[in-house]
Amino acid sequence: MAKREVQEVNAGSMADIAFLLLIFFLVTTTMDTDTGLATLLPPPVEEEPEDTPPVKERNVFTVLINSQNQLLVEGKPMEIRDLTEAVKEFVVNPNDDENLPEKNVKEVEFFGTVEIGKGIISLQNDRDTEYQTYLMVQNELSRAINELREDLAKKKFGKSYEELESEEQKAIRTIYPRKISEAEPKNIGGN
Amino acid sequence: MAKFRKKKSGGQQAINTASLPDIVFMLLFFFMVSTTMKEVDLNVVVRPAQATELVKLERKELVTFIYVGVPAKKYQSLYGSEPRIQLNDQFSTVEDIQSYIAQSRDNMTEADQSKMIVSIKADKECSMGIITDIKQALRKAAALKLNYSAAELVQNR
Repeated sequence: MAKREVQEVNAGSMADIAFLLLIFFLVTTTMDTDTGLATLLPPPVEEEPEDTPPVKERNVFTVLINSQNQLLVEGKPMEIRDLTEAVKEFVVNPNDDENLPEKNVKEVEFFGTVEIGKGIISLQNDRDTEYQTYLMVQNELSRAINELREDLAKKKFGKSYEELESEEQKAIRTIYPRKISEAEPKNIGGN
Repeated sequence: MAKFRKKKSGGQQAINTASLPDIVFMLLFFFMVSTTMKEVDLNVVVRPAQATELVKLERKELVTFIYVGVPAKKYQSLYGSEPRIQLNDQFSTVEDIQSYIAQSRDNMTEADQSKMIVSIKADKECSMGIITDIKQALRKAAALKLNYSAAELVQNR
């Protein structure tokens, strides 16, 4: 009996199968990165230090959120969408208003002597405040500071803040620091 | 000239495609390995809150997640319908956070431990009370880098 020649398996479609699998994995892979608002918590305090120097009223920007998700900014009710502008005006204090924060004169790299506002933003919320509202307020505060930094970066360096060297970013951060203080939680406004 | 003519007469040579599957398989394996399917089963309902000033969490190994929300339907008979905390795969209380943080810190390399980020994934309608409790617990656990997880705000203000 003559031996039959062994037939070779056609491997041409192997590539197609592999491609199919590859495309399946490519499509099902979700590379979504998590995003969020970054904040830094203050370190824990063992006991309230008793002799903290008092902060002047004009240097504090109080934002209160009640259980009905309403805002009270510097003693007056305010909508969330107006918050950014209010914060900007507070931080910059363009006309040296007496009710807005005092300024420190300080030497900053790249900028020379600059006046830096002493303002602190104080945020306090109720236990029943909705998470979304709290986040929106945080968001607006961040946005105000980010926009100020962005503007300064554009004016001084002609570039976006993100594109600057870390030294330059640091200088801008010194001029517009992110000073948000969150008070220890309280029950404001009840239920 | 003669040389060229000789080649032509040999007919068109087919490119050997036998190694093509190998290349594609290599790509396939790369994607299969690099895809992390590790996603914790959520026992709580988390509808993400929205914001605009977002920061990306780029290094996943630095991030520890805390989920907050109303328990899913099938757990409601057991755990009620008030927002609860989920750590890893189970419902937890605020007291558990400290040990959870310590545990996930131990799992990191020493160089990364100081860069640890805690991400709170909370439902947008849950109240701040529970979040504040978590924040206080995190402060006690010395995990100070916090990230409030949020999605991109869709509509313009």
